Amino acid sequence: MLIALEPIDETPAPLLATGSAGRAMKKAGRRTLGKEEATPDAGEWVRLMLRIRDERDRAAFAALFRHFAPRVKGFLMKSGADAALAEECAQDVMTTLWNKAHLFDPSRASVATWIFTIARNRRIDLLRRDRRPEPEDLPWGPEAEPDQEDALALQQESERLRAALKALPEAQRELIERAYWGDVSHSEIAAETGLPLGTIKSRIRLALDRLRHAMK
Amino acid sequence: MTSMEETIHHHIGDDLLMGYSAGTLPEAFSLMVAAHLSLCDTCRAAVAAYDAVGGALIEDDGVEMTEGSIEHALARIELASAPEPVPERKRCAVLPAPLADYVGGDLASVKWRPVGMGVRQAILPTSGKATARLLYIPAGASVPDHGHGGRELTMVLQGAFSDEIASFARGDVETADESIVHTPIADVGADCICLAVTDAPLRFRSLIPRLIQPFLKI
Repeated sequence: MLIALEPIDETPAPLLATGSAGRAMKKAGRRTLGKEEATPDAGEWVRLMLRIRDERDRAAFAALFRHFAPRVKGFLMKSGADAALAEECAQDVMTTLWNKAHLFDPSRASVATWIFTIARNRRIDLLRRDRRPEPEDLPWGPEAEPDQEDALALQQESERLRAALKALPEAQRELIERAYWGDVSHSEIAAETGLPLGTIKSRIRLALDRLRHAMK
Repeated sequence: MTSMEETIHHHIGDDLLMGYSAGTLPEAFSLMVAAHLSLCDTCRAAVAAYDAVGGALIEDDGVEMTEGSIEHALARIELASAPEPVPERKRCAVLPAPLADYVGGDLASVKWRPVGMGVRQAILPTSGKATARLLYIPAGASVPDHGHGGRELTMVLQGAFSDEIASFARGDVETADESIVHTPIADVGADCICLAVTDAPLRFRSLIPRLIQPFLKI
């Protein structure tokens, strides 16, 4: 599908790679996170989620909170919430993660993706954005325990996608970020940014098919 | 159920699927996407992939939480009660769950209003940035010839329709914009029910529909 891209080539890449969101934060005098040494991989987050689901493990929750709560807070601030509201809302999102741990499916989403969807929905209430109806639920049965191999592959695809996003030219990445923070119309955004969405789509298709088969 | 998606040939564009994932569409367009995803696993997977983009973006930056936030969170989950069971959504053979939610039941609950030539419509309650309506077109009848001031998406829920461009059956979405003038005609086999979403009023080409247009709210 062809959508007009902004003339990326004419935009000189900044020497220091800070996105528009990063700049906005600095303008407002906010501290962003420093460099973390050795970020755990997506698989580790999944293991922590399953420990919450199966054992109500508070230490696992604390580890996920330390990593993700600041990220949710940052996301909400970039979307226009002030620091106090964003902090309160990040608390809500993390409480939802604890309460809905049984709904997390590692063959369909990474932990980061799942948290993004919770934060997005919370943002709609918070900033009084337009309502966003959900599709019909997928049939969910007792046999729908996700396949381990599917889950592993999906988590790997998610990491690959993240790496690809990081490697994008600054102008393209900025455009995508602005689309998700909600201050740009999507007709401006190219779906053709070279992100490896095809593989992740087929992964998810596989998980959906499996789910539907389990219900037959 | 498994092969349902293979019968759908006309999908929703990537920009709208991405907007739905980002949570930034006008309500009427989100309703269209939600209704389509209920029938189409191809687009459901695409939206899940765009969700993964959101997940990757959220991972990369953040703002430190205040002192003591983690103790606060641990105290909160201690108090958290068991999640309330989500009420079962209404099921209807024609209306996917998100539409049934807006209608408040199945087809029998739709408050149709005649708009002439046997065609009926029901406007759904969404925010004012765009309009969502159900259309009922008797078998073999046509919707008046019209162009578009903005973008119009039409999804078939029952029956089928054809216009100058293609044929559309249950789950198919036709996307029309300023450049398109068309006359959708319902197939003769069955009455056709559609969901139509517009971000600008339709422009009818003949005078009579144009005169009544303000009253129809289309």
